[in-house]
Amino acid sequence: MDYILSIVVLAGINMIAVLGLSIFTGFTGLFSLGHAAFVGVGAYTSAILTYYYYVPFPLALLAGSAAAGLVSLIIGIPTLRAKLRSDYFAIAILGFGEALRVILENLEITNGARGLPGIDSFTTLPIVIFCLGGGILVARNFLRSRWGAACIAIREDPIAAEMAGVRLFQTRLLSLVVSAVYCGLSGGLLAHFLSFIQPVMFTLIQSTQLLAAVIAGGMGSLSGPLIASFVFIALPEALRVAQIWRLVAYGLLLVLIMVYRPQGLMGYSEISSFFSKNRSRERMQP
Amino acid sequence: MTTPTPLLSVRGLTRDFGGIRAVDSFSFDVPEGSITGIIGPNGAGKTTVFNLITGVYRPTAGDILFKGEPIGGHRPDRIVRAGIARTFQNIRLFNRRSCLENVLTPLLQREKSNFFAALAGTPSARRTERSLREKAFDLLTSLGLDAFAPLQANTLPYGLQRKLEIARALATNPSLLLLDEPAAGMNPEETRSLARLIAEVREKFNVTILLIEHHMDLVMNICSPVIVINFGALLAEGTPDEVRANPDVVAAYLGKGRKGK
Ligand SMILES: Nc1ncnc2c1ncn2[C@@H]1O[C@H](COP(=O)(O)OP(=O)(O)OP(=O)(O)O)[C@@H](O)[C@H]1O
Ligand SMILES: [Mg+2]
Repeated sequence: MDYILSIVVLAGINMIAVLGLSIFTGFTGLFSLGHAAFVGVGAYTSAILTYYYYVPFPLALLAGSAAAGLVSLIIGIPTLRAKLRSDYFAIAILGFGEALRVILENLEITNGARGLPGIDSFTTLPIVIFCLGGGILVARNFLRSRWGAACIAIREDPIAAEMAGVRLFQTRLLSLVVSAVYCGLSGGLLAHFLSFIQPVMFTLIQSTQLLAAVIAGGMGSLSGPLIASFVFIALPEALRVAQIWRLVAYGLLLVLIMVYRPQGLMGYSEISSFFSKNRSRERMQP
Repeated sequence: MTTPTPLLSVRGLTRDFGGIRAVDSFSFDVPEGSITGIIGPNGAGKTTVFNLITGVYRPTAGDILFKGEPIGGHRPDRIVRAGIARTFQNIRLFNRRSCLENVLTPLLQREKSNFFAALAGTPSARRTERSLREKAFDLLTSLGLDAFAPLQANTLPYGLQRKLEIARALATNPSLLLLDEPAAGMNPEETRSLARLIAEVREKFNVTILLIEHHMDLVMNICSPVIVINFGALLAEGTPDEVRANPDVVAAYLGKGRKGK
């Protein structure tokens, strides 16, 4: 029971980060192989605050999210300016992910590569459900707002978006900060669930897993990546009995999705649309 | 007699791409309230002129004055806010969004809303969104697209996609609307109905229109003045009749107009 509970909690925590990356990659159309670094910033910031300074957990979570948002600004401001190119950012964030690991491994306060043990385990299932639920609501509201509409317009066509009055740089930057804040929150919850964090937990591998969930779930859908994220966390755990086959199953799943649903599990729609008339109307069109 | 200042005034506009001079000290005026036409052979530089006016490209040299203010080199979104909107020769819709959302997007950008109120989904944020959706629907209705509101933009037939682009451009509340080959790919019947629509749009939305077209009958019927561009430079300008009678224009269209280069 405890074991299942911990899988559910971990999946929920992962879903919060995937939600953030989904806004940035799925809805704004910018790729990132470094968002796990923002999870790391949130994890270390909040853990250091509760561990050394006895800051109350909710405050530490907020501070971790804010720190991730701030760090993303530092990376985003110089790299997202380039008008029609997003590769500067993609490269910078990749470098940042590696740099962060080196920094964390060499600081005193982070206890280096050995990691920070003994963090209070404040994170409970209700807290995760509360954060995830709130995160989904806020993401939905964001996507409906002028800022969300601007993000999606940029994904569809940056030139047409500008001619619709969208500020390219500001909108991309905002999308990055929002996504980093989600990742930071996810990191804070993770640190206070596992009680132990280590620099290697926030590297390219984890960034790739986040991106895989967004792409496999469907770019431009919130529910798809959430489902994919849950499956990606739960499935390898469920297959733990068959140790060596876990990663094979994981890879096979990805390949199958790419072959049979190249647009992702949900494509550009939400799970709710399967139950509404809207969808059948869209289908009727030539 | 003094002529009123033109809504748009282009002076000595020049743009190089590497070694190619796509636009070559090109000057023209768009009188307020007019439907001004730009014609010219393929590759003459018409679309590049639109791209320079709307900030997609920076001019190499020259001035663009809109309502007397210089706008050359400004960012596109700033030019849109100043009151210039456009459509694209190779349609650029937000393909995977509904027709309604295509029109809603520019309406939302004009709104001064509070970020955190929007995130929280406050009643006032929802009210604003609802009223803008209604506004977007009304805009679709005035272009005869209301039946398509919930459909994804790229599922529309070509001609309707062009109309949807006009609706989206109008949603920015422009005083000058640039149309890049709005009748491309249309048959004579569709072209005639488009001409009526363009005239209607000018009346209803109180916009000045500058359009690029290859359909001569459309240009000759609804445009005045007509501006002719060839090899990036001004070849002729005047009423449709004057332009039609101009020997240089006739020569250019018969492919003999290779002056200079
Ligand atoms: N981004 C660019 N880079 C390089 N050359 C360009 C670019 N845009 C336009 N050109 C060149 O500038 C010239 C004018 O092109 P433009 O698209 O403005 O012509 P046009 O009058 O709109 O033609 P058409 O009637 O075919 O649409 C062409 O020689 C074209 O190849
Ligand atoms: Mg053109």
